Parts: sequence; C-alpha cells; structure tokens
Amino acid sequence: MNVAVTHFNYLAVVVLMMIGLYVLFSTGNLIKRMIGLALFQTSTALFYISLGKVSGGTAAIKIYPDSPEARALAAPLDPTYVQQFGVGGVVYSNPLPHVLILTAIVVGVATLSVGLSIAVRIREAYGTVEAGEIEAVARLDTADAGRDP
Amino acid sequence: MILFEALYVAPPALTAQAPILVIAGPLIGACAAALSPGGRTAWMVSMLTAAFALWMAVAVAGEVAREDVIDYALGGFAPPMGIALRIDALGATMALLVASIGVMGALYSGHALESEVKAEKHTLFQSGYLLCLAGFLGLVFTGDAFNAFVFLEVSSIGTYALVAVGEARDRRALPAAFNYLIFGTVGATLYVLGVGFLYAATGTLNMVDMAMRLATLGDNSAVQAGLAFVVAGLGVKAAMFPLHGWLPGAYAGAPSLVSVFLAATATKAAIYLIIRFVFDVFPEGEFGEIFLSWILAPLAAAAVIICSVQAVFEKEVRRILAFSSVAQVGFILLGVSLATPAGLSAGVFYLVAHALMKGALFMAVGAFAISVRARTVEDFSGIAREAPWSAAAFGVGAASLGGVPLTMGFLAKWSLVSAALETGEIWIVAVLAIGSLLTLIYVGRMLEAMFFRAPGRGAERAREAPVGVLAPLFVLAGLSLWFGVDATLPVSMVNASVSALVGAAP
Amino acid sequence: MSSGELLILLALVLPLFSAAVSYAVGRMPDVRETLTLVACIGLCIITIAMFMRVGAGDAPELVIAQPMSGLEIAFRLEPLGALFAVMASVLWAVNSLFSIGYMRGAREANQTRFYVCFALAMFGVMGVAMAANLFTLFIFYETLTLATYPLVTHKGDAAARRAGRIYLGTLVGASVVLFLPGIIGVASVAGSTTFTAGGLLPGTTSVVIENMLLLLLVFGAAKAALIPLHGWLPAAMVAPAPVSALLHAVAVVKAGVFTILKISAYIFGPELITALPAATWILWLAAATIVIASLVALTKDDLKARLAWSTVGQLAYITSAAMLPFASGLVAGGLHMVVHATAKITLFMCAGAIYVATGAAKISDMGGAGRRMPILLTFFFVASLSVIGLPSTGGMWSKFLLVDASFGSGEWLTAAAMIVSSLLSVAYLLPVAFNGLFSPAGVKGPEFTRPGGVPGAALTAVGVTAIGCLALFVAAEFIADYLEPLGAFTLIEAAP
Repeated sequence: MNVAVTHFNYLAVVVLMMIGLYVLFSTGNLIKRMIGLALFQTSTALFYISLGKVSGGTAAIKIYPDSPEARALAAPLDPTYVQQFGVGGVVYSNPLPHVLILTAIVVGVATLSVGLSIAVRIREAYGTVEAGEIEAVARLDTADAGRDP
Repeated sequence: MILFEALYVAPPALTAQAPILVIAGPLIGACAAALSPGGRTAWMVSMLTAAFALWMAVAVAGEVAREDVIDYALGGFAPPMGIALRIDALGATMALLVASIGVMGALYSGHALESEVKAEKHTLFQSGYLLCLAGFLGLVFTGDAFNAFVFLEVSSIGTYALVAVGEARDRRALPAAFNYLIFGTVGATLYVLGVGFLYAATGTLNMVDMAMRLATLGDNSAVQAGLAFVVAGLGVKAAMFPLHGWLPGAYAGAPSLVSVFLAATATKAAIYLIIRFVFDVFPEGEFGEIFLSWILAPLAAAAVIICSVQAVFEKEVRRILAFSSVAQVGFILLGVSLATPAGLSAGVFYLVAHALMKGALFMAVGAFAISVRARTVEDFSGIAREAPWSAAAFGVGAASLGGVPLTMGFLAKWSLVSAALETGEIWIVAVLAIGSLLTLIYVGRMLEAMFFRAPGRGAERAREAPVGVLAPLFVLAGLSLWFGVDATLPVSMVNASVSALVGAAP
Repeated sequence: MSSGELLILLALVLPLFSAAVSYAVGRMPDVRETLTLVACIGLCIITIAMFMRVGAGDAPELVIAQPMSGLEIAFRLEPLGALFAVMASVLWAVNSLFSIGYMRGAREANQTRFYVCFALAMFGVMGVAMAANLFTLFIFYETLTLATYPLVTHKGDAAARRAGRIYLGTLVGASVVLFLPGIIGVASVAGSTTFTAGGLLPGTTSVVIENMLLLLLVFGAAKAALIPLHGWLPAAMVAPAPVSALLHAVAVVKAGVFTILKISAYIFGPELITALPAATWILWLAAATIVIASLVALTKDDLKARLAWSTVGQLAYITSAAMLPFASGLVAGGLHMVVHATAKITLFMCAGAIYVATGAAKISDMGGAGRRMPILLTFFFVASLSVIGLPSTGGMWSKFLLVDASFGSGEWLTAAAMIVSSLLSVAYLLPVAFNGLFSPAGVKGPEFTRPGGVPGAALTAVGVTAIGCLALFVAAEFIADYLEPLGAFTLIEAAP
C-alpha cells in the first residue's frame, strides 16, 4: 500500500498505458485505434515528466533569486533542502525530461496525423474504417491476384 | 577498414563537419524535394542529395579508419549535456551501406516511380524518401539514446507514408501501412519507455556515459526492465520474430523502391541499434548472456524455420520475399546471439549481404512491375524470356539468398555456420541447415517459374526495363557476386566493426 | 602462367566456351554439333595431356580466387582426378556422337538447350575432377546438379517436372543439409579444406567429430546414390537416353563416388578410415544397397529403370571400396569407376538406340530385337559381361580387386554382397541380350519405327565404348599402377 502511495505516478502511468493498449487492440475502428495509440504514447510522456519531478520543485523557468516569486516558492520548503537542491534559492524540476517529451509529443502528433490521413485514404479506398471489413475486402484482393489488373 | 585509411575524398574543413552533413544533407534535400515544382526536379534533388550523403559517408569512413572513433558534439555542446554523434567502424559501415542503397534507390526511382506512384505525388514521395534516408543515417551515427528515438521516428513516419503510397498499384498497401504505423509506434514508444528506465537509473542519455554508469550499477531490475523494453521496441522495427506481423504486408504493398529501401536498410538499422545496446551499452553479465542465449537465439531460430516455411507456401512473389526477410533477420540475429567475435562478425556480414541481395530482388520485381502487373509466382512464368536482364539480376539475388557458392550469401552462411560450430552450438547449425534448405525451396520455385516455364496464355507480355532501372539493379546484383568471389572489403569492414564493438576481432 | 596452369584453365574454359558457342549458333544444328564434337575432342586432348603429366609425377596447381581466408577456389591435379577427367571427357566425346544420332533420330525439341547444358555439365565435371579442396569441389558439384536439371526435365511434361523435383530436391537437399555442414565442419576443425595426401583430418579433432563428419560427407554426396538417398537416380530416367548414358552412368553418379573416394583418400586418409566405426556402418549400408538394388533391378521391365537400379548397386561397390580399411580398396574403387562407367554408358546407349530405332522401352518388347540389330545387341552383351565381371572385359579385374580388398581387410559381408550381386546381375542383364540375340524362330522382334533403324552415329558410339570394355581388360593393370600413389601413404602394407 505504501509503495502504491509513494509511487502513485507510476501506477497512473501503467493504468493509462494499459487502457491505451486495450483500446488499441480491442477495437477494429481505425480512428479509435489511433486514440488508443495516442493514450499509449501519452502514458510514456507522463512517465518521463514524473521522473523529472523534484519534490517541491517548480518548472525550469529562471526565477531571479530573492524575488517575491522565489521567496513564495521556497516558503513551504525546508530551508536546508532548498540549500541542497536549489539553484539561487529556488528548487527546479529536472528540465531534461520536459525537453525530451516535448520532442516526443511532436513526434507523436506527427505520427497521429500520418495515421489519421492513412485512415482517411483507407475510407476512400475501401469505404469503411472497420478493420474486419477491410480485411474481408483485402482477402478478396489476395484471392484474385493475377497478371491482369 | 584499411582500404579507407588512405581515402581523403573531401577537403579537411568539410570532412570535419561530415558527420552532421550526412544527416543534414538529406533533411534539407527533403524540404527542397517537397518544394520542387515537378517530379523530375524532385528526382534530381533526390539524386544529388543521396550522392552527397554517400560522399560524406565515405569521408566519415575514412576518418573512422584513421581515428577509430569520431565524437562530434552537435552545436558545440559537449556531451553528456549536448547531443553527440559517435561513429565507430560499425556505424561507418552501416552508414556506407545505407547511403549506397540510398543512391541506388534514388537512381532507380527515376523510372520505377512512374508505374507505381501517381505523378502528382512524385515530389512528396522523394521528400519522404530523403526523410527516411536522413532518419536511418542519423540512427546509425547518433551516440544519444533519445536522439536515436527521434531519428527512428523521423525515418518511420517517412516509411509509413511511403508504404501507403503503394495504393496506386495495390490498395492493400493502405491497411498494411496503417498496421505498420500501429506496430511501429508501439515499438518506438516501448523503446522510449526503456530509455526512460535507463535514464532514471543512470541520469544520462549519452550511450558511452550510460555504459560507464551501468557498469558500476551492478544488478538492477530497472536496468533489466529497460533493456527488455528497448529490445522489444527495437525488435518491432527490426521485424524480430514474433514482432514481425507488420512486415509482410508492408513490403508486399509498398512501391518497389520502398520495399528495396526498407528491406535493405530499415530492419538493418534497427538491428544495428539492438547490437549497439546489447554489446556496447549494457555491461557484460549474466543477464545479457541469458537474454542472448535463451531469448534471442530461440526466437531467431523460430523466425528462420517458421517464416521460411511460410515463404515456401506463399503464392505472391513480394510476400515470399517479405517472409524471407523475416527469416533472414532470424539468421542475422542467430549470429549475433552467439556473442562471440566470430558470431557477431558473421551476423554483421550477413546483414550487409542480405541488404544487397534483398535490395536487388525487390528492384528486379519492381523492374518487372514497370510493364506487367504480375503478382503470384504463376504470373512470373517465363518472364525471363521477355525481360532477360532483369531476370538475370533477380537470379543473382536469389542465388545469393539461397546461399549458392560464389555469391555473398554463401560466404555469409559459411561464416555463420563456422561461428556456430566454433561455439559448439550444434542445434544452431541444424537450424541454419534446415533454414537454408527451405530458402532454396522457395527460391527454386520462383526461379523455376521465371526461367523454365512458358508464359501463361493470354498473359501480358513483359518488356525489359529501361537502363535507368537496370543500372542500379546490376550494381546491387553485381556486388552480391563480386563480394562472393572477393570479400576482402566487406570482411575487413565487418572485422573492424566487431573489434570496435567487443574489442576483439574474429 | 605455366603450362600446367594453362592446361587446367583450358579444361575449364573449353566446356564453357562450347556452351556459349552452342548457344550462339543454336539455329544452325550442323554447325552447333560439329563445334560440339570439336570441343569434345579438344577436351580429350587436354585431359590426356594432364593425365600424362600427372603420370610423370607432376602436380600442376591453379588458384583462381580466395573469397575469405581458408576458403579458396583452387585446382590441383592428382592421379584419381586426372583419371576421372580423362574418363569423363573421352566418354563425353563418344556420347556427343551418340547424342547427335539420338536427338535427330528421336526429333527431340530444345536441342540447343540440350547441348548447352551438356557442355555446362562437363564444366562441372572438370571442376570436380581437378578441385584442390572440398570447397571448390562443392561449387562444381552443385554446378553439375544445376546444369543437369534442365536435361532431366528435358521433356517438360508433368512427369518430367516431378522427376526433376525429386532429382533437385534430393541432391540439393543432401548437399545443403549434410554435405555443406560437413565441409564447414572440416574447415573449422582443420582450418582448411585442402585435399592433403595421407589425410587432412588426422590429429586435429576427436573421434566422435570425425565420425560425424564422415557420415555427413558420405551421405551428403548423394550423387553416389547410397540407399536411402538413391531415389533421384531411378527418377531421373525420364531424361532422354544420352542424358541417362552420360550423366547417370558417367558424370553425375561418378562425381558422387569420386567425391567419396577423394574424401576417403585425402580428407580422412586410409589410416583414419581404418579407425572409424562410422566407416564400418557405411560399409554395411553399402552392402545392403548392393544386394537390394540388384534385387530391385530384377523386377524392372523398363530397360532404363533396370539399368538405373543396377547403377545404384554398382555405385555402392565404389563407396564400399572407399570405406575399406585397406588402401588397395581405393585403387580398386578408382578402377571400378572407370570400368563401370564404360560398361554402363554402353548399355544406356544401347537402350537409347533400340528406343530410337523401334520405340521399344520395355524388356518384354525386345525379344528378338537381335534379328534386326545383331551388332547392337552384341555390344550390349559385351558390356553386360563387364558389369557382371566376367573375363575378357575390364569388369573382371575391378571386381577381382574389390573382392580381394574386402577379403583382405576382413570385410566378409561386403565381399559376400559383391559376389551375390554379381550373380544377380547375371540374372538381370544376360536375359536381355540372350532374348534379343537367340530368340525362338517365331519371334520377329520389334519393328523399326524409323527408316534405317539405328542411326549410324549412335551405332558407332556404342561400338567405341563396347570395344573400350574389352580394352580395359588389358589396360586394367596400367590404371591400377597409375592409381598406386593413392595407397602409398598408408602404413598398413599387408592384409591382417
């Protein structure tokens, strides 16, 4: 139980990931599959972000030391903790995972758009976005494979 | 690599920047191709860019031969903070392979596209092609685990679109591309997840740094989970059995050029990354050995047998070749799983050999596709009489695939079997022998139809492909032959690669 | 380039050149066939020159390429190979003469392909004969398989294609699954695959591995048609008679047993063979093959099928000879290779000639054939004597030496099998000749379906080889002496 509380973020990531995978493989609808895929990718993004979280830390946007914001942020924290992990009196979260995930999100969006546009083309070519129906047509295509078009 | 040592192909200033130019060239070319006014211009851009990338790759190979390893900090930010390119002999070899295939593919696309891709899509097609090229080249050069993901996805997004373009010839390409996208993205996401675990354990993304820190960590379940995710993710991209479900449809449906390019480079780049992680990043230890001999080897063996059998019973030529690709990936990974210098070098040699022969085979199929819509083995009956040169090149590629002596495929199988014998893994020898026999059966079926049967009544008559298609086809087929008679060049490169990886040459 | 190297190169290039020329002038049958004959005679001269040089103690070598270290394409002449090369090239010349008569007589289609493939097959045979290592031998061995496949399926109908599949499947399958791993095994324990006088393997590895390698290599050479890998040979009889004659009496099957002889003499060496239990197992299997094949031959009514089964048995003689723990076995095996080739090609050519002249393929239809074709049937009779091993033919000496070597090394089973099989061969061969020549007065024999009966070219060819069978009776000692160096490396001088 204790682990579940302290590592609730990982738990959330796992749950989200499983939901994504379930959607991905349980539905035949291509659009819903893309949604599942997006959920799956998002879970990874959350995983990274929560990795980079430093307890009590703020976003890695430079805040001037001794400014009101800096003081406000440091107020609820233990001063020795701030001393140890802070930069100029402010505790920041690790910015690197944010940067990475920013990249990953861009990649994810690109994938999503390519996937959706392929789905559109499939709809045009097969008249459906249901995987089962597409397969049935594709099987016919395979069966009449011949030298003549 | 000794041959490259005396090779100064570019001025020093350019050579110093060559690692990034190899990647940036095709990226810029991709934009230029997308913006160009017509298919012809886009083709010229594609040719020039691919040639430029090859030129730079040769320059890099020369540097690597002289200095063993090139570290190139992007933008001057030194690792571990900045992103670094790190090129050793293996990376240089892979880059040469990818860039050469890239040039051949670009040359080939001049004529081959017309029959398979709608005219208004040529510019975008070339753009996607260059994007893929940039992605694969980046993948083999990067020294940063996350950066590898980005390049993986750059190339993948390009390939999804390129596969889908195959709808003009065969609308089954669309579902295949979608399927590929789903598989590929899940794979890439798993890879990112694995890298996340490693990052959490080590606090770095630079592969060299990561390797050093992992060596001091000892047994760590996060690290082991990380390796599992990384390999599973890359396994999807490498079409490692049983994660290969996307491949047959995608290869069969894609335009021939894309099949050529994917078969020769896509799975290979992923295999490269698996090798990199397993042998370079991960510390030697029990876990790695268990992984290699109890997971990778049996899966690879299953791929060899099962997918070869599937290829034997398959009707469509492209699908035969596609299933064969999965089986051949099994051969490569079997070599890698031996984890000895000899096994590793056999695996990498096989990788190069397979890239050349499968490239030639798909190119030849594409050359036939210019004039006929042949799909099944039956349809190819007697095509050797109508298009003798393409058929001859197909024959050479098929011979290499089947492991006929005096082709590169034979030497690859030879070194694989010797490496397996050396370690005393007799069962691997048996798997290799049975796999080779099955390969010969499906290769024989195709060749029998092409060369010994009469064309069916009322079938379309094939015409010989134009010179622009035949030239790259002959280069690839010719290399399969040439390296089968004198393998000095690939062997020296492969040996240098292996000694860069594990510190000992076979 | 020394003259020895030149000879080797010429022996390889000439058949290739002949193939190319035959293809180029395919539209002019007369030119094509004349050039084929010229090439045959040229090759005979070259191989005889090589034969003489080797006899004088010379051993020319030629290295073509070295794809990887320890793996080279190289040629080196030695007595067994030189003998094989001469035998194959001389019989090729005779067979070409026969082919011209047969193919024209039977009005076969695709004759150009036939001649081209024939020349390519000879290219393979020359390579096998001169190979300096197992790798080179393997390449040419496979070339031979592939070049003969179109010949086996020459008719192109469903039956021919099915036979072709069996042919290719068995031969290539055995090569890939057994032979090649065996070769790679040899390379990995010995570091090379070079044929070495006295054996390459002794002292390099354990007995278990040596046994395994021997089994792999002997069964891998499926062209030797040891049961259970014999199925391709009877199946291949769908081919036209000249193909059966040259390939399935001389080139292909003899390449198989030649390979086994080479492996025995130069990879394992007589001494090591003596020590290996696997050699004894193979001997037993060969003995079984000898008897079974002879029995099956008795049941066949189709003449070519009967001859094919007879070949299966006779090949097992040579395999036995290679496995005998006594070096004189190698000499006897080499001699039997030549003697049997000459006799069997005669028989096959006779079968082909009868078929062209009368259309008869079954023995039951050939009663009285001697009334119309007395000379042909006499030749058949002479060759039968040689296969059986009766005096005044070469067969007598080779069988004598074989049985002697078996007894000498204490292999009673092998000796007994050989004797039984000789008796059986009397039963399956002589009735054909006797029924043909001395049929009851009422039997007319098959009618000529072709004006003029047996083509002259074919009859001449049969005559040459039939006389060859007789000549070998005199020449046997010369050949045995020639092969003497094979056994010279053993320490076992006398029979136990």
